[in-house]
Amino acid sequence: MKPPPFVYHAPTTVAEAVTLLDETGEEGQVLAGGQSLIPLMNFRLARPGHLVDVTSIRDLDYVRREDGRLRIGAATRQAAVERDPAAAEQAPLLVEALGFVGHEPIRHRGTVVGSLAHADPAAEIPAVALAMDAELTAVGARGERRLAASELFTGPFSTSLEPGELLTEAQFTAWPPGSGHAFLEFARRHGDFAVAGAAVLLHLDAGVVDRAAIALCGVAGTPVRATEAERRLLGERPTPAVVEAAAEAATAGLTPVSDVHGSSAYRRQVARAYVRRALALAAERAQGGTR
Amino acid sequence: MTDRHRIALTVNGRPCEAEVESRRLLVDFLREDLGLKGAHIGCEHGVCGTCTVLMNGESIRSCITFAVQANGSSILTVEGLSGDGRLHPLQEAFWDHQALQCGYCTPGMLLRAYEFLQENPRPTPDQVRAAIASNLCRCTGYQFIVEAVLDAARRLETAGAGRGQEPAAPRA
Repeated sequence: MKPPPFVYHAPTTVAEAVTLLDETGEEGQVLAGGQSLIPLMNFRLARPGHLVDVTSIRDLDYVRREDGRLRIGAATRQAAVERDPAAAEQAPLLVEALGFVGHEPIRHRGTVVGSLAHADPAAEIPAVALAMDAELTAVGARGERRLAASELFTGPFSTSLEPGELLTEAQFTAWPPGSGHAFLEFARRHGDFAVAGAAVLLHLDAGVVDRAAIALCGVAGTPVRATEAERRLLGERPTPAVVEAAAEAATAGLTPVSDVHGSSAYRRQVARAYVRRALALAAERAQGGTR
Repeated sequence: MTDRHRIALTVNGRPCEAEVESRRLLVDFLREDLGLKGAHIGCEHGVCGTCTVLMNGESIRSCITFAVQANGSSILTVEGLSGDGRLHPLQEAFWDHQALQCGYCTPGMLLRAYEFLQENPRPTPDQVRAAIASNLCRCTGYQFIVEAVLDAARRLETAGAGRGQEPAAPRA
């Protein structure tokens, strides 16, 4: 179908965008890449009265490396991050995950920050943000605030952003040398939303895990951080048995939904297998194996 | 009240100005307002890829992009790929390999393959398959499309016209 009528705004500054969102209230909606929003509008599942296009704010189109952090603006396309050398160095987990986001034509339009704000529980970028403890900047009529990725996701397609608040930036802190990353997911076809996916970071000191982060997508109403599994890995060598136990711990308590793509039990099984594989790959990379 | 905007863009090398309603999808703008029927409408929610066009050299889904968002950009549709009555080598290869049956996916396939061969002029069959995974074809089973793209890569290389080759002059 065709999208319902709306008023289009192309602000050129954050202040202008925030004013527009404030003035339009519940009728207002941020438009970034539009690769999720416009399909929803074509289906008429979303009927915003006003769209505020943040990709017209030039100042929000950047990928910057600063003090061991990768800063990505709200207007920055996924494809731009994917080919950015600083992103590959600072956040290889994010870059690896981006390869699973839709297809190239989608990533040419879609934005990293927009995917966070959309908060699809099956999406890759929110899981990476959770695993990397990304810090987000939100700007609203009452000013600017910082929030952690773990504070953003409150449910399927739901966030803790206040009405009229705009996510302007996501910051990803690089892990130190000696770390390994892995993003793996299972989908029926490449580019489809994952049945389940795993984002993993490990840091090894003399072969022993001293820092671990595991996040999953597609298995709950929000991306999930597997803190218990992370804790169990600490002080251990990432042997197959240790990795298997961690994957079990990461997924044991999950009750994913059953749908046409698989039952709840199947999804949990897939999630366990992918956490295990991602942990093994991250450990291998941390030890200087294939990158 | 209808919200309308003036846009100025380049389509197949030609400057173009128009007034569009905010909700006008880029694919409808191209088809209905400019008469460029090459960009097809399939799923209309960004899944099938038959509406693929290039915006500033990058493939996009024109069914999930508003025309107003294309303001200031340069668009290439399949009509801009050929010129002077001559098919682009990629189109010739599609013809020779019978890489189309019903033809519905073909314009999107051609533009995606055109973009891909500029990035990767000497691809492997697997790379071609991965590249066109963004576009659905329900007739061919993809095999002939993959063969056509590989052959087109050879033709473009022989012609010395691989990377950076511009499409023929616009005729739209």
